[in-house]
Amino acid sequence: MISSFKKALESGKFVVTSEVAPPKGTNMEKMPHHIELLKDKVDAMNVTDHQSSVMRFPSLGGALLVKEMGGEPILQMTCRDRNRLALQADLLFAASRGINNVLCLTGDSVILGDHKEAKGVFDLDSSQLLAAIRRLEKGKDLGGNDLDGSVSFCAGAIVTPEADPIEPQLIKFEKKIEAGAEFIQTQAVYDLDNFKQFMEYAKQFPVKILAGIILLTSAPMARFMNKNVAGVNVPQELIDEMASAPKGRALDKGIEIAGRMIKRIRDEEMCDGVHVMAIGREEVVPDILSAAALI
Amino acid sequence: MIRSITRQKSEEEIDHLLDGLGRVFIIGCGTCTTLTRTGGEPEVRAMKERLSGQGRLVTGDMVLPVACDNLTGEALEEYGQQIDQADVLLIMTCAFGVQTIARQLEKMVVPALDTLFIGKENGIGQFDEICTQCGTCVLGETVGICQVTSCNKGLVNGHCGVTNNGKCEIDSEKDCAWTLIYNRLKDLGRLDSMRTLQKPRNHQGEPSPGKFILSA
Ligand code: SF4
Ligand code: SF4
Repeated sequence: MISSFKKALESGKFVVTSEVAPPKGTNMEKMPHHIELLKDKVDAMNVTDHQSSVMRFPSLGGALLVKEMGGEPILQMTCRDRNRLALQADLLFAASRGINNVLCLTGDSVILGDHKEAKGVFDLDSSQLLAAIRRLEKGKDLGGNDLDGSVSFCAGAIVTPEADPIEPQLIKFEKKIEAGAEFIQTQAVYDLDNFKQFMEYAKQFPVKILAGIILLTSAPMARFMNKNVAGVNVPQELIDEMASAPKGRALDKGIEIAGRMIKRIRDEEMCDGVHVMAIGREEVVPDILSAAALI
Repeated sequence: MIRSITRQKSEEEIDHLLDGLGRVFIIGCGTCTTLTRTGGEPEVRAMKERLSGQGRLVTGDMVLPVACDNLTGEALEEYGQQIDQADVLLIMTCAFGVQTIARQLEKMVVPALDTLFIGKENGIGQFDEICTQCGTCVLGETVGICQVTSCNKGLVNGHCGVTNNGKCEIDSEKDCAWTLIYNRLKDLGRLDSMRTLQKPRNHQGEPSPGKFILSA
């Protein structure tokens, strides 16, 4: 079955995805609230997989919830916690429940998270996971054995357009496409002129690109990302603009900036859509979309 | 030369392991743990003082020339009596030494060190882990830098995400293996080998525990 997300990607419309994070525990208040709020406003929702190596409710469970609530999930899968048997098994389960969009990630190191003594698995990496998906679709598992029943996925991966040096990043990007990525979500981009340059290069490949938009919530947050998140570069003008917001209105400013960026990406037809990450402030995603004149 | 790299366990852990064992014989090693200053003469002496200070009886101590050598059995015989008197052997060699000694003697053994890795000395006082003996060597793909060992995730298809100015995401003191590999391949004009989509690794080249018997 072709997923509605895949249809959206192929329709040529400007695609919008967002993210929901499963809870730390079983408290199911926030996530369903976010799903309810977003499901009709975006084309699909990523469900994060133990993001930053912090143990949480599983992405597969979160994706099922999105599905049950009538939304379109993108199952994030990292290679950190499962070997090839477990990854394939989870893909079969996902397919059996109509979860047909997967974002393949290598995953952060275990040491960065909240179970620092755990074993990092990394039996596969993101491109090998993509290749595994394409193989399952051909009716074979990674051991070369036949599968009973078929699966079909819309599979994607990520790229960091602002990586420095950029060349190894682009080599990996091409490998992901070769391995079977149909769509690519980018790490946060803020300098859209740089991003345009990246797109000049990326356009030659048969892959849909969704530009990553991370909501800025304050000037210190922007500075923190510049310092601590490799491959994220918030230009000084944007930091100044955030800092110019009246007290207590920084979030509004961040929403305005995100909306403005999305609008420009769309108006100038830079890429196929955007992936909006509001990191903990999912409730303002509709405001960002309306600031972008998308809803 | 390759060396077994060790770090002394915390005093709390050693005390816990020695709980209820009053008479102790201490064994160090004159090779790797002497070099890393974790189990040479001075460290054995310091351990002896600490344990004596706790009211334990140290029945004797020795520093074996090469604890992992099969001759260790003979060297231990010289101290037979002092070893017999002890409840436990506290061993300040790497784990190869601990196991070699345990095989020779019917005695309780307690390691005082954690064996971290088999390392290469790359400068005075600096030891790096460069091979984890994975059984399916893939160095040919990276012109001699081991991605299995030097990359925290053992990735074979290139960088994990982005590296932090050429350092690994887990520690700004550690080089990112894939940055090193990229630079080297670039210098040699061999970047194409980074473009090859590598298959998942074979983790069972030599299923653990490894065993090798020289055929006649
Ligand atoms: S790939 Fe690395 S760990 Fe494996 S044998 Fe070669 S150097 Fe050693
Ligand atoms: S930063 Fe480099 S060495 Fe560290 S895990 Fe990533 S690719 Fe491997």
